[in-house]
Amino acid sequence: MAAKIEQTAIESFAKEVEEAGGGRAAECYQCGKCSAGCPVASFMDLLPHQVVRCVQLGMRDEVLRSATIWVCASCLTCTTRCPKEFEIAHLMDILREISVREGKVSVRQKDKLRFHRAFLRSVESHGRIFELGMIQNFKMRTAAKQALRDPRVLMQDAMMGKGMLFKRKLRFLPETIKGKKHVKRIFDRVRRLEKSKGKK
Amino acid sequence: MKVGYYPGCSVEGTAREFGISVRKSCELLGIELVDLDDWSCCGATAAHNTSHLLSVALPGRNLALAEQQGLDKLLAPCAACSNRLIAAHKEMTESDTLRSEIADLIEMPYSSSVKVLNYLELILNYGMENLASKVTRKLADFKVACYYGCLLVRPPKIVEFDDAENPQSMDRIVTALGAEAVDWEYKVECCGGGFTISDPKLVETLSHDVIENAEAEGANAIAVSCPLCHANLDMKQAAINARFHEKRKMPVFYVSELVALGCGATPEEAGINKHFVDSYALIR
Repeated sequence: MAAKIEQTAIESFAKEVEEAGGGRAAECYQCGKCSAGCPVASFMDLLPHQVVRCVQLGMRDEVLRSATIWVCASCLTCTTRCPKEFEIAHLMDILREISVREGKVSVRQKDKLRFHRAFLRSVESHGRIFELGMIQNFKMRTAAKQALRDPRVLMQDAMMGKGMLFKRKLRFLPETIKGKKHVKRIFDRVRRLEKSKGKK
Repeated sequence: MKVGYYPGCSVEGTAREFGISVRKSCELLGIELVDLDDWSCCGATAAHNTSHLLSVALPGRNLALAEQQGLDKLLAPCAACSNRLIAAHKEMTESDTLRSEIADLIEMPYSSSVKVLNYLELILNYGMENLASKVTRKLADFKVACYYGCLLVRPPKIVEFDDAENPQSMDRIVTALGAEAVDWEYKVECCGGGFTISDPKLVETLSHDVIENAEAEGANAIAVSCPLCHANLDMKQAAINARFHEKRKMPVFYVSELVALGCGATPEEAGINKHFVDSYALIR
């Protein structure tokens, strides 16, 4: 009986991932080529092939709370080299999406999500990225923690910012586009559609 | 030759010299760029890391606009933009369900008529002999490590461009300009991409290794065709040096700057003055 329940849990996670567009994890025969070529493997808690294994075994929380899915830099080396043509980088995208939806983002990796959000907020309000505003927005939310962790980083970012202003690489004001409201509407509609899909 | 032009956010901002040199080099080569009117952001990594629908809808708006404006070829110099535009185009072309879903989201139809080009592809189409015939300043002192990074060549099934493990297009372009293309190992390694600000340690480690290998193989310059690669290798080089206690000064050029320089632009017209690492030494 216990084995049967477990079997259902295993299948349901792999199925959920597949239905969300993450591919058939069962395809993977664990050759490890993805992990061998991954340029950020040394920063990960689970190696890429272990992530796929966890999906096969229904180890939901281990994957969704892992640092790995946020350390992945989307370089696509794994997808390119997989002998089974399994799209591992895309699986990572799908896992990140589920992890955000369920509030399971690894605490140590939250800056990545904060940055993505600052980026998308900027696109949503201006239609294009307003770099200065986005960086300020991100820094305001993360500077205090970063100062505790690695104060040098703040100094270096400040130096880089100064250089960018000096070289006129940053605009002081956002550009406006005619389709600003159109872009905003796309964000609203995507949110609505995702919500209705999530309910199903 | 007439080509639609999608500059992308960074090319108008932190990667300004990429935009400057793309326009200048095209002007010198006689390629007419027609700006995509009212373009918006492609969503980049932030969108595809958090929402699949958004990652297709944002590029989708621009593809639909291009179609509306009669642009059948669209140059997107930023590697992240071209990658996202091509991926969205492919996904919509292959799935009718997704295509109609996106059409509803962006309130515009898209019938898959736009061919997205990166800058390397544009120059390859122009022809190496034609390019060589336009060269007025041979880049003879340049030993260039051509750095492709991730998004220009991966995933091969989506971008269908060059070789995913040992690409040659940029090497051919710099060779046509009279420079030497160095054989090296890191041409398709990752620089850390969009984590420039959110994970400096990771980016500095990866980018350090790229620069180190270029130098070890005898390069005196690196060429890129991606704003993220340039930001991480050039803008962050001081931070990389600080982290690894080194004093390296490796100039990093956009390949479009090299084309502009080769075809007679002044360094300022090519945007070289915007680099963080001084890049004037090799230009005669």
